[in-house]
Amino acid sequence: MDKADLIWVSFSTLLVMLMVVPGLALFYGGLVRGKNVLSILLQVISTFTMAIAIWFLYGYSLAFTKSNAVIGGFSRLLFSDLTGLADQHWPMSGTIPELSFATFQATFAGITCALIVGGIAERARYKAVLAFTAIWLTLGYLPIAHMVWAPGGWLFERGALDFAGGTVVHINSGIAGLVGAYYIGKRIGYGRESMQPHNLPMSMIGASLLWIGWFGFNAGSALAANQTAVLAFVNTLLASAAGVIAWVIVEWQYKGKSSLLGAISGAIAGLVGITPAAGLVGINGAWIIGLASGTTCVWGVNGLKHWLGADDALDVFGIHGVGGITGALLTGVFNARALGGPGLKSMAEIPLQLWLQLEGVLVTVVWSALAAWLAFFLADKTCVMRVNAEVERDGLDIHLHGETGYHR
Amino acid sequence: MKLITAIIKPFKLDEVREALSTVGIQGMTVTEVKGFGRQKGHTELYRGAEYTVDFLPKLQLAMALPDDQVELAIETLCAAAHTGKIGDGKIFITRIEQAVRIRTGESGESAL
Repeated sequence: MDKADLIWVSFSTLLVMLMVVPGLALFYGGLVRGKNVLSILLQVISTFTMAIAIWFLYGYSLAFTKSNAVIGGFSRLLFSDLTGLADQHWPMSGTIPELSFATFQATFAGITCALIVGGIAERARYKAVLAFTAIWLTLGYLPIAHMVWAPGGWLFERGALDFAGGTVVHINSGIAGLVGAYYIGKRIGYGRESMQPHNLPMSMIGASLLWIGWFGFNAGSALAANQTAVLAFVNTLLASAAGVIAWVIVEWQYKGKSSLLGAISGAIAGLVGITPAAGLVGINGAWIIGLASGTTCVWGVNGLKHWLGADDALDVFGIHGVGGITGALLTGVFNARALGGPGLKSMAEIPLQLWLQLEGVLVTVVWSALAAWLAFFLADKTCVMRVNAEVERDGLDIHLHGETGYHR
Repeated sequence: MKLITAIIKPFKLDEVREALSTVGIQGMTVTEVKGFGRQKGHTELYRGAEYTVDFLPKLQLAMALPDDQVELAIETLCAAAHTGKIGDGKIFITRIEQAVRIRTGESGESAL
């Protein structure tokens, strides 16, 4: 066991947790209306913790053990045999205990589930969200995590590159969020009534925590304190900065004003874009991916959003979906050594790699959409996905949770 | 007794309060309101969602005064709250039927 590797992965696990609670929670919290702030905070916490529980029960096993190309097996149910208490011999995953790896990955499953609530924000019933999460994590997240990241997984064996989860986390949650937005329908008054973010400073705090935590998400995925981790670390910094710059400039050009929400969205867009690429591209590639993702995501939350016609309340698809696709594809290009990356030996290999990336994207999109639709359908039939009009008008906090965030 | 209700621009509060105090008029209740008359609102943009906000923040002042102070109050208020631009506000005067001081139980003009 390498102690430095262990410390780095352990610390990265904490950083990813920071991304969810409080990062994502506060980011989403500030974007919704005051009457729904507690509901979204609670949904983020609850989906995350439910995912952790399921991960422990069977998620890790089905995602990361060897069985077939689509899904794993049952040898690690309840994290069994990861702590060899009897003989003190713990199975290893590279240079760190496998238990450490399983814990790190638990937070990835958690954040993916938490992201989805953004697409259905302000009108989803709490119990239905929990039911949806349990079903979707099982049908949507586990197979894709297995196919992309587990040796033996279909896309892994094909050679699709995804360093920290562009497909597994971002495209996956982005699609699921979009499907959810279609399934649950638009918020009452959408397009006519004012639905401004109720607390942008709160969103900024959340986005900042996401930004910082992302270094654990990306550089921690090196699973070691090594050069790949350093590359992922610096690429994360550069791409996030590039994302902000791109969004600020594009907004300035097209809307006449740069906004705070735009700047923090740009950071996130850059971070999403670099997620599949973090340890797989050079630093010039990171700049370009950040600028590209920052730009495509502006389109994702404007033109594309209008074209799609769904009320993706917190832009889960517009940023995580679009940014994830942008990054996943560009990873195939900038992985090449000729372009500064650590991978492909000649530029002639780029078209094939790009095709493999596209395969990964398409498989994820289709699988995630089907799994999401089924999960929403089942959650709806058992728990009723959407609140009724009165609850939606008054606010979820007071009706579903018996609390209000703010008192006059 | 008259109730003076004045709608003014929020930043004018201190000026108005001081001006009224100088002419011997103390006491008012202030409420934060929003409204519009002829003043145009503004647009807000949050990612792809654009909102036209018609309502502008204003302050509503309420003062209960004896009849002989009303004209002075209006003059002073207008001078202090005036900027010359659309949206300066309005003053409404209504009759008060009765007023009571809670601490002492006094009623009528001595309650003001």
